[in-house]
Amino acid sequence: MFSGTNSEHESSLAIRKSTAVPSHAALEAVRERIRQIEAVDRICHGALAFGVAGIDARLPLGGLALGALHEVAGGGNGAIDGAAAALFTAGIMARTSGKILWCVTRRDLFAPGMAQAGLHPDRVIYAEVGDEKSVLACFEEGLRHGGMAGVVGEVAELSMTASRRLQLVAEQSGTLAIAIRRWRRTAEASDFGQPTASVTRWRISALPSAPLPVPGIGRSRWLVELIRARAGECADFIVDACDDQGRLALSTELADRSAAAPYRRVA
Amino acid sequence: MVIAADAAARRLGVHPGMAAAMAQALVAGLIVRDADPAADAQALDRLALWLLRRYAPVVATDPPDGLMIDITGATHLFGGETATLSNMIERLAAVGITARVAVAGSYGAAHALARFHAAPITAIDAGDHAPLLMLPVAALRLPAAMIDGLRRLGFDRVGELAATPRAPLALRFGSEVGRRLDQMFGHSSEPFALIEAPELIRVRQAFAEPIAAAETIARYIAKLVDLLCIVLEERGLGARKLDLLFYRVDNACQSVRVGTARPIRDRKRITRLLCDRIETVSPGFGIETMVLSAPLAEPLDYRAGNSNLVDTPVADISELIDVLANRVGDGSLYRLAPVASDVPERSVRRVAALASEGGSDWSGEWPRPSRLFSRPERIETLALLPDHPPAAFTWRGIRRRVRRADGPERVFGEWWKRDAETVAVRDYFQVEDDAGERFWLFRAGDGEDPDTGAQNWFIHGIFG
Repeated sequence: MFSGTNSEHESSLAIRKSTAVPSHAALEAVRERIRQIEAVDRICHGALAFGVAGIDARLPLGGLALGALHEVAGGGNGAIDGAAAALFTAGIMARTSGKILWCVTRRDLFAPGMAQAGLHPDRVIYAEVGDEKSVLACFEEGLRHGGMAGVVGEVAELSMTASRRLQLVAEQSGTLAIAIRRWRRTAEASDFGQPTASVTRWRISALPSAPLPVPGIGRSRWLVELIRARAGECADFIVDACDDQGRLALSTELADRSAAAPYRRVA
Repeated sequence: MVIAADAAARRLGVHPGMAAAMAQALVAGLIVRDADPAADAQALDRLALWLLRRYAPVVATDPPDGLMIDITGATHLFGGETATLSNMIERLAAVGITARVAVAGSYGAAHALARFHAAPITAIDAGDHAPLLMLPVAALRLPAAMIDGLRRLGFDRVGELAATPRAPLALRFGSEVGRRLDQMFGHSSEPFALIEAPELIRVRQAFAEPIAAAETIARYIAKLVDLLCIVLEERGLGARKLDLLFYRVDNACQSVRVGTARPIRDRKRITRLLCDRIETVSPGFGIETMVLSAPLAEPLDYRAGNSNLVDTPVADISELIDVLANRVGDGSLYRLAPVASDVPERSVRRVAALASEGGSDWSGEWPRPSRLFSRPERIETLALLPDHPPAAFTWRGIRRRVRRADGPERVFGEWWKRDAETVAVRDYFQVEDDAGERFWLFRAGDGEDPDTGAQNWFIHGIFG
């Protein structure tokens, strides 16, 4: 598939960029050509901005592409409990408008917690099914309908075939699709390295929060890693977790630093 | 003569078959009503129709007191066989009917188990014959004289009869014994006389040549749906439940039932819902007749289209809900709504996916985790009493040091629910460990008074 080679191509370009800067015009020409080839069968549905300039600037459409599949997983223990990943997803969905379909196999999502990230309980329809195959089936059905603002599926395994199906259906209907990857054991989380057809891939890990001047707990802080972005570069961000509107914020200590210096790497 | 007696009368020694005068002599003040078989039969018909509307597409009466229901292909709407049965028993109990239900691979077996098995709900697999062998011979639906004859020969249980060579039995009792045994074990099929209701909306299609291919079935489903929609349109109705029956050439009947969240009359949608379930039908040697009916139809409510140019139209998701509900079951598709309760696990209740929107939210400033364990897990802690958060805790064998904490948030038991909760207290703490992961811990008890709880610590959820 063309898109797969495309991102490798981009990242190899990125590596070279750090050593010797090639002519800028030539690079732009190549990018334009790729865009043209891709646009033949791809409809652009716009993007949902994070509202955080640092993150949006790194994403090719200036935000999370609508009508596309995105993957979110937790880092460390989060790969098993999926708590931060669920909250990150809830925050994204809170900023859309319309109904959300959330397909799960385990019934441990706590709706009051999600409501605190801005996702109103009236907006979420849960489909609780017995196995992952049914999750994928419901996921796909929800995307195909087109009337949903977003569809979320919690799965451990996501094969190339399954993800491509989801991606194609999402492209056709313009619905935002987020797959929360959640495993039974930490060892299985290495599955997250396998290629899929998703447009972006995120890993959310908890970081120690900023100490308060008084006893207590402040806003939690996440390390948000953009591990893969089609037609974009990988990046890491340290953010304050979702507020009650589902918005992230660049961490106060880091927001004032220069943009280029910290947390940049090439996959 | 006594035709029927309720449980209280039976305890006093009144049995069906006893002379009425004798029963009256036995029990002072016995209430005797004249039997009215015609009214009984009518009531049974009404009950059968209700079951048809609610539970399964194939229902037949089995007078005087039985109903046969083919639940194949209909249980998914209730979330499985057992759920369907218990729902059935509860509903019947609510209108004062004590029912005993059995599910088995053949009607003979289900008939016997419902009447001769102790449990009110019995379900056995199609190939499981062991429970049947223990039943008395009276379970075989044989004439009373024949049962007496068998008893006299020493046959008490079905198992003994089944193990005996057929030929001598047939010589003595005729072919009836063998036929009933075969029906019980599912070796021979039994004709169904389906309940007929003139008001039921029903369209049928008979084929000159039996059909079997999925594509052909799909084509005829579309034709039947067209016919059905014309009838629905004439009456101004929309279908809430649809039954599709396939009569096969070997006289077996296969059925498909689909339900919808709102009354619908959209040809495309109905066809789609029915075609989704074609794979559950086994055509065998071919299907000769297809019958499509709408056992439950309601007036279709027309809604004005969006005439406002400014508002964005609200997408109609009932179609998606129907497709998913028919695939995964109505019960597993839900929304969560708030309940006014401080106890976290009781603060959420499930409502139907398309239930009207309450608009309310969980109010409260206290943070709630994004994942809540269905059962709080015990942890080992190091904490100062009475109201300090733990300094460290061990969960699933991993010791975590608490860096920051917030709490306690005191939750009192709901004394109006259970006596045990009268003085029960939970103190919730939100804690953050070295790595920045956040957990929701609570102590059962207020840290001072042992009556309020055992002062053990639990983990109840994980924050994102």
